[in-house]
Amino acid sequence: MSPSPASSPPVYAVRNYLNTPATGLRSWLTTRDHKRIGVMFLVAVTVAFAVGGFFAMLIRVEHLTPGPTIMDAMTYNRVFTLHGVVMIFLFMIPAIPSGFGNFLLPIMVGAKDVAFPRLNLLSFYLYLLGAGIALWGMIHGGADTGWTFYTPYSTTTSSKVVPILLGAFVLGFSSILTGLNFIVTTHTLRAPGITWTKLPLFVWSIYATSVIQILATPVLGMTLLLVAIEHAFGWGIFDPARGGDPVLFQHFFWFYSHPAVYIMILPAMAVISEVVCAFSRKNIFGYKAVAYSSLGIAFVGFFTWGHHLFTSGQSPYDAGIFGALSMFVGIFTAIKVFNWVATMYKGSIDFKTPFIYFLGFLFFLFFGGMTGIALATVSLDIHWQDTYFVVAHFHFIMVGSTMMAFLAALHYWWPKMTGRMYSERWALVAAVFIILGFVFTFLPQFLLGNEGMPRRYFSYPERYWALNVASTAGASVLAIGFTIVLGYILVALRYGAVAGPNPWGSRGYEWLTPSPPPLENFDVLPAFERGPHQYHDLPAAPPTPAPGPAGEAAGASHG
Amino acid sequence: MADHAAAAPGGPHAALAHHFESLEKQGQAQRLGMWLFLATEILLFTALFAAYGVYRYLYTGAFAEASRGLATWMGGVNTFVLVTSSLTVALGLDAARQGRTRRTAGLFFLSIGLGLVFMTLKAVEYRHHFLLGELPGPSYRGHIPGSGGSLFFSLYFLITGLHAFHVLAGMTVLGVIGVKAWRGAYSAEYHVPVELAGLYWHLVDLIWIFVFPLIYLQ
Repeated sequence: MSPSPASSPPVYAVRNYLNTPATGLRSWLTTRDHKRIGVMFLVAVTVAFAVGGFFAMLIRVEHLTPGPTIMDAMTYNRVFTLHGVVMIFLFMIPAIPSGFGNFLLPIMVGAKDVAFPRLNLLSFYLYLLGAGIALWGMIHGGADTGWTFYTPYSTTTSSKVVPILLGAFVLGFSSILTGLNFIVTTHTLRAPGITWTKLPLFVWSIYATSVIQILATPVLGMTLLLVAIEHAFGWGIFDPARGGDPVLFQHFFWFYSHPAVYIMILPAMAVISEVVCAFSRKNIFGYKAVAYSSLGIAFVGFFTWGHHLFTSGQSPYDAGIFGALSMFVGIFTAIKVFNWVATMYKGSIDFKTPFIYFLGFLFFLFFGGMTGIALATVSLDIHWQDTYFVVAHFHFIMVGSTMMAFLAALHYWWPKMTGRMYSERWALVAAVFIILGFVFTFLPQFLLGNEGMPRRYFSYPERYWALNVASTAGASVLAIGFTIVLGYILVALRYGAVAGPNPWGSRGYEWLTPSPPPLENFDVLPAFERGPHQYHDLPAAPPTPAPGPAGEAAGASHG
Repeated sequence: MADHAAAAPGGPHAALAHHFESLEKQGQAQRLGMWLFLATEILLFTALFAAYGVYRYLYTGAFAEASRGLATWMGGVNTFVLVTSSLTVALGLDAARQGRTRRTAGLFFLSIGLGLVFMTLKAVEYRHHFLLGELPGPSYRGHIPGSGGSLFFSLYFLITGLHAFHVLAGMTVLGVIGVKAWRGAYSAEYHVPVELAGLYWHLVDLIWIFVFPLIYLQ
């Protein structure tokens, strides 16, 4: 890319991945281009998010009154199960890695594509297949087990648990293929000049995620298959009536599903490491600490699953060890948080939407993380086990943080993906709605849980009513916020101001190429002489903030 | 993964995908990809092995008795057959390295034959279990009282069944690559798919090497 003077108007790359080699639906559905596959994943996970959000709203509306409000107890069980299954397997696990990761990782390592483009497309179709099977199960009755499918209930329930299990099984393979592709791409397709310590932190964190996806997902696949077999044929593996051990299921399930939490949060941290540098105009503080702590989280994450079994008959000795190991995750996370905060110190902070979401992320991560440390303490956990306190905790840490990062990524890379700017003003309004809405939804749930309201219960005593109403009110604000986002990004798709290659004045490698990027990512491969977060030698002053999208677009590229 | 035909004279190798700079780099990527895939396969089985370990601990006596009832000699012969097939696959790869791809094809077909022997013996064993009523879960009609016997056979059929499925998949892979090798798709310079097929077959063999002592030996 040729450097352009700061005064020239931003250019929309005419020949780009969106129209090369063709624009038809067929050319999209048969594409091998990682950018198109990433965009298709983003569209698919957004639909899934809308479905999961719809179920969430049904739950919240149901809880407006202590007794039945809009549905019966059985429907309620199905709704919260589907909410969990859709949000976890169809949205949070694939959202950032398969969506943004697919789009960005090859560009960030200076590659033309991922190592195995056909497997990449297969991964997308496996996602659709898994989603389709699960959807079939939802329409034909749905499951009422909760997303954790705990045995022996899941093997004896008469609801359609088998298709949902098989759907999640297939989705696992989609996840494995994406992770495999990213690891091989990072190892073998880095452009000359991009050494391991010059990799963008986004890549480091996605790499750590991929390790978990590859090592943990097969165990979940096998476990879900065993539950499906148990449900269909009664072979007894997890059925106490036939000598099986239902707690073994819990061990297997959490061996995957606890690391899966880091499949959700590590990509969020990946996004945040990029955003904090770009909008503080500071080099990352402690590059290696941030990079290696991702691997640390991935590693320790495999030894913490027992903290889900504190009340499942685990020995106090095991529980203590698992509790202590769980706290190591807090140490690695804190390393990251301190480094992000230190990055902001004396930075030239630009309060654009992605940065607002970064602040939201920090708050949610901190709040969710600290309650996580509390929950890792066995004695406290026994009080909070299976209450709304746990629900609020994991919504803060994995939903709140991941959602913040997803939105930060969406706004930060939107100009790169579409070549156009969104409306900054509307985006700020939506960010305020979403962050406040989220806090008002889940903060009351901490209080409810601490007072003893159990999770997954259909009805509750009168005294929990006020806090439940507050939570539902918060969820409504949250829903309004998301609707606004959907509105202005669709408008921006067509009417947004032209962004140019680098509207943020970011130093990330992905901003060295035109927006939207050309078919093989770079017209001329840059030399990658400087680091991806290097701001101390900026050639010119950062673009002056100006009201309105046109003003932001004036920022020149610093090639 | 690219598995295309031979070199086009002059230009880049026909098997070279557009996003790799050289066949060598592409080969490295494909090998790494295969190893990662094998890691997922191992973990798939690990879950079953772990379950087997837990129940063997919980039902020591029943598992020992059920295991004694298996035809160890058949398992032993099958182990020998599979290890031999791994040898023939390795010799096939060696032939490909020397550019003798017809020999590769022949050795791969021999390996498929050994795979068939393995599957036949397995089928004989399965038939024997069916006749004795040694079936998983509620279908168990064997002589071991309590839950131990039925659990053993649930796990036995899950583990050996999943392994047999992998043997079939491996035979298919060897067949496809063998036919391509016969038609001259590979050469001394380019034979990564031969290597990958070999890796997969070795994994299938290696898993059996763990299955055999776990299930057949005390």
